[in-house]
Amino acid sequence: MSIQLSKVEKHFGNYHALRDISLAVEAGELIALLGPSGSGKTSLLRIIAGLESLDSGEILFDDTNVLTLSAKQRNIGFVFQHYALFNHMTVAENIAYGLKVRTRKNRPSKQQIEEKVAELLQLVKLDHLATRYPTQLSGGQRQRVALARALAVEPKVLLLDEPFGALDAKVRKDLRRWLRNLHNDFPITSIFVTHDQEEALDVADRIVIMNEGKIEQIGTPTEVYEHPASPFVYNFLGNVNLFKGRLHQGTLQNGDFSLQLPGYEEVQIEETVGYTRPHDLLISKQKIPDTVTALVTHIHPIGAVVHLELNRIDTNEFLEVEIPQEYFRNLEITKGETVYIKPKQMKVFVEDYVI
Amino acid sequence: MQKTSVFKKQKPFRLPGFSFTLGFSIFYISLLILLPLSMLLLNVTQLSLSEFWQIISDPRAISSYKLTIGSALIAALINVIFGTLIAWVLVRYDFPGKSIMDGIVDLPFALPTAVAGITLSSIYAQNGWIGQFFDFKIAFTPIGIMIALTFIGLPFVVRTLQPVLESFKKEEEEASASLGATRFQTIYRVILPTCIPAILTGFTLAFARALGEYGSVVFIAGNMPFKTEITPLLIMTKLEQYDYIGATAIAFVMLVFSFVFLFSMNCIQWLLQRKKLQGGRA
Amino acid sequence: MKNFKKPTEESKAVQYVLIGTSVLFLSLFLLLPLAIIFTTAFQKGLDTYWASISNSEALAAIKLTLIVVAIVVPLNTLFGIISAWLISKYSFKGKNLLLTLIDLPFAVSPVISGLIFVLLFGAQGLFGTYLLEHDVYIIFALPGIVLATLFVTVPFVARELIPLMQAQGQSEEEASHSLGASGLQTFIHITLPKIKWGLLYGVILCNARVIGEFGAVSVVSGHIRGLTNTMPLHIEVLYNEYQFTAAFAVASLMTILALFTIIIKNLIQWRTKETTL
Repeated sequence: MSIQLSKVEKHFGNYHALRDISLAVEAGELIALLGPSGSGKTSLLRIIAGLESLDSGEILFDDTNVLTLSAKQRNIGFVFQHYALFNHMTVAENIAYGLKVRTRKNRPSKQQIEEKVAELLQLVKLDHLATRYPTQLSGGQRQRVALARALAVEPKVLLLDEPFGALDAKVRKDLRRWLRNLHNDFPITSIFVTHDQEEALDVADRIVIMNEGKIEQIGTPTEVYEHPASPFVYNFLGNVNLFKGRLHQGTLQNGDFSLQLPGYEEVQIEETVGYTRPHDLLISKQKIPDTVTALVTHIHPIGAVVHLELNRIDTNEFLEVEIPQEYFRNLEITKGETVYIKPKQMKVFVEDYVI
Repeated sequence: MQKTSVFKKQKPFRLPGFSFTLGFSIFYISLLILLPLSMLLLNVTQLSLSEFWQIISDPRAISSYKLTIGSALIAALINVIFGTLIAWVLVRYDFPGKSIMDGIVDLPFALPTAVAGITLSSIYAQNGWIGQFFDFKIAFTPIGIMIALTFIGLPFVVRTLQPVLESFKKEEEEASASLGATRFQTIYRVILPTCIPAILTGFTLAFARALGEYGSVVFIAGNMPFKTEITPLLIMTKLEQYDYIGATAIAFVMLVFSFVFLFSMNCIQWLLQRKKLQGGRA
Repeated sequence: MKNFKKPTEESKAVQYVLIGTSVLFLSLFLLLPLAIIFTTAFQKGLDTYWASISNSEALAAIKLTLIVVAIVVPLNTLFGIISAWLISKYSFKGKNLLLTLIDLPFAVSPVISGLIFVLLFGAQGLFGTYLLEHDVYIIFALPGIVLATLFVTVPFVARELIPLMQAQGQSEEEASHSLGASGLQTFIHITLPKIKWGLLYGVILCNARVIGEFGAVSVVSGHIRGLTNTMPLHIEVLYNEYQFTAAFAVASLMTILALFTIIIKNLIQWRTKETTL
């Protein structure tokens, strides 16, 4: 089922929680709503689910307007951040709940329900825990029960609110991969909320980046990471180095150095910021023209990529550089050494003039 | 520095004052609770079994047991129904005067029972504010007793249930709704089961209190033997006739019944807990 | 979206019915009695009211009640604090038994609470002959009233403090002790400030029950007018003599006290809620 949001607005009292949200989700897509806390992502998810009202706007499931439908009627599966399992019911009873509460006419037979529960338990690999109570399970197990419970009603749309937020790092990674595989096998249109960029980049088909109630950018993980549409997205997705300065005739003047920025020749701004990813910084031990002089303050040499923390001598600002392990060994950089830095790539955001 | 071998033998750390507080508490409780209560046992054991049986199975006593247990049970059940409703309304809804309603729930705890007794009996007397609207008698009948017992037991269910409802997570209700349950199904299948232990506790407290209640009942009961004489009143009557033996025997029966009731309710609660903890361990 | 109904809410109509039922029930059972007490007390005018509460018998009853309060409340408060400290700070064998014993008076009918002291100190009681020989009067006198009331109100302060102190843990007390404070100093400077509101709550509940205790006191007092009648017993005497206005006048005094108890209770709860939020 496809989902179409147009011009959704929501206020909580004086707080403008959602501003002009329009979004099209195709059938079978796995979408991440990514943003810091307070960005409105959870509110948006709850509005889609029918757990919360909206002030104005439209929501279509396929071509049906669902605004007049209650949560119960929308045929969605919702997975809550803190699981919201029914603690007085066993795992199996939790999963069967959505089928048992149907009207007699639509309710499957007892045997059918049992079969469905068994099937789902197998899917989430919890068959051996069917008669346990939620309080006896680990966080990861609980989240899988919550997912099985939501899937039991065969929803057309699966909505997940920070599904892995309360789990520890290892379990989180496993469950993430498992969800990805599950979605490959059963392509239900799914939207999940997260504040973890790595999670969004890893799992989602497309990412919706939200900030202060607005959508900043929609795109595939590669698109949003490689071509951030706004300074916010640049900052939020991955690490970034900032070069504040004056942009004049295609040259960014920053501290002691200046950099040619092709494509910005027509722009003149007194104060702007250039953004460069840590792996887009060139590092050298020899002084070359148009570089920044910096002191190596810290080295994290673990893994394939070496992270260096530097301190600029001219502005006393902090810089982050990532270089491949091999390159690092060849350079023979040590802590406290002076090095020279030059951005290989830089992005400047000028209103209505983004490249 | 401690040697490791010494370290093992070290006593666990204790704040000062253990022996004093233990000594004082045991002394106070022995003198004030254990010694007086043991008098009951001491006096009962002086009776032969047949004498004891004769006193406690006297028809007047039997009818007082029936009346006391019956009206306490009905009052506690009324309190379960209305107490649950009131707790729900106070926690979930907003309405003008809510904080006054919430505060006034404690009135039966704070108001002396004798004051409650004279007030209720004048309200429900045949010419009273409410009594006049009924063409049957309320005061001086078992109905009057029930009303008094409902009054004194009212706060128990409300006050035990309120915190449970307050801490109940909205998410569970939303989960239930998103799975297609109607509001009624959500309340009946998700919220109510969570509240059962608290409701049971409230019922237990209200019933136990109603069993022994005296002050609020004597005024409204009419105190006719075989008709409206509750067991505490029967004990009182026997005492006024200096029948200490009779009073003691019946008091003993009451006390044993209370303890057995409280003990079995504790067992039920414990079983409910255990079912939850041990489910599926097999 | 006017017609959106949150899935966690009932429809307005249902809400109104439930609120209406609750308010009606509470009004009928609690507010109406309150109104009756005051209207009956004042129905014959202020002068009669004043006369009812200022005659010598009423004053004697008030005085006796205050004496009982002055003895019982401090004793049970002391016990409450000490036993709560014991139960919340140490683990020892028989703790659950001790807890059950503290709760015991809740499960005993007030009439039985009086009876057991008659069995101890009454003329036919265990110490009866001894006391008679030495001219010591306990039953039908102040000591009996005090003892019976003590028994009935043992659990009030302890029951408030125990869960509170258990929840607060004892790391602060341990820190204080490690800094060289004695047990008493630790209690006064560390524990007391943490439990003062719970303590006050327990004390006012205890106080309300001491003032209002009827059944137990009724058994041991002997109803000697002007001597062993506490306020509730005085109300009973007046009521049985059909002096309704006077009975309700004295009752109104106790009702005002009950209302104060409720107000203080709510203030304390409001306060603790504010500070924990």
